[in-house]
Amino acid sequence: MVMTIVFYGLAALGLIISLVKSKEKTKMALKKAWKAFENILPQFLGIILLIGVILSVLSPQQISQLIGEDSGWIGVIIATVIGSITLIPGFLAFPLAAALLENGAGYMQIGAFISSLMMVGIVTMPVEFRYFGKKATFLRNGMGLIFSILVAIVMGGILS
Amino acid sequence: MKKKRIELVKRYRFFGIMIAVTLIILAVKPAMGVQVYSLAISSVLEMLGVLPPIFVLIGLLDVWVKKETMVKYMGKDSGIVGVLLGFFMGAAAAGPLYGAFPVAGVFLNKGSRLSNVFIIVGAWASMKIPLLLFEVAAMGWQFTLIRLVMDIMGVLVIAYSMERILTAEDERQIYGLARKMNQ
Repeated sequence: MVMTIVFYGLAALGLIISLVKSKEKTKMALKKAWKAFENILPQFLGIILLIGVILSVLSPQQISQLIGEDSGWIGVIIATVIGSITLIPGFLAFPLAAALLENGAGYMQIGAFISSLMMVGIVTMPVEFRYFGKKATFLRNGMGLIFSILVAIVMGGILS
Repeated sequence: MKKKRIELVKRYRFFGIMIAVTLIILAVKPAMGVQVYSLAISSVLEMLGVLPPIFVLIGLLDVWVKKETMVKYMGKDSGIVGVLLGFFMGAAAAGPLYGAFPVAGVFLNKGSRLSNVFIIVGAWASMKIPLLLFEVAAMGWQFTLIRLVMDIMGVLVIAYSMERILTAEDERQIYGLARKMNQ
């Protein structure tokens, strides 16, 4: 919520300053903004529906059953896979992670889950392709995956 | 005209397939279908909460910030300034990762160094300063601190490895894509 106010505030402020300086350029900026948005809108819409499907198939209870404290490395791998596929807003991700911990998930698995949730985005790959191409997208996501497993190892070593 | 229509169909194909899939779910398992749509609506609301102003800011940046300025602060020879600016911009934003790609596009198009743009994307993805207190409240300060420290290292390692691994040809293609997306 705060983020929304900050972003809209910044955009409004920028627009006002821009308008004062040049009406012509402001118009151009808004045109560019709309074009850039419209460019990836279809993919966003598809992705949003896909996320809805994935999240309704996987409930927190189900996830914590899969990545419980005793699930070990298999749990870490499952957590990484689930985290890579799903995409959850940050302010929902932490409460979800806390709920998973309460439901019996281990710190190691949660570390992998949170990290891959944030760094790896399989469903958003179509959008990433358009800006970075396939090679860079696979590279970034692949390294994010390895990084998430490293986070799990460190979390497991220190916290449990 | 016909070409334009084919283009439109191609662009909305994935969305069309997803609508068909979700309608089938709604017909076969109404309860799950309703859940799918309510989750989708909350995603749309989240998107509307951050994306429109991000795109307005991208448009303003595109029109007002000179290429030379971007090159000076984020370009090849920007050094530590570019790295710190990249971290700051990425970590200050708490929006979803897909918001980072258009921002990355406009920065590339203005002549930002590839590694600095990957720092923005990496920090945007993993380090969420506005959500730090959220994380401490939900996960405890130890978890939060370990993750923060690891993220800083991870973002740097990933950004520089990517710049190393990608060839000059790959790099040219990426800048070409950025130009295409910001026409």
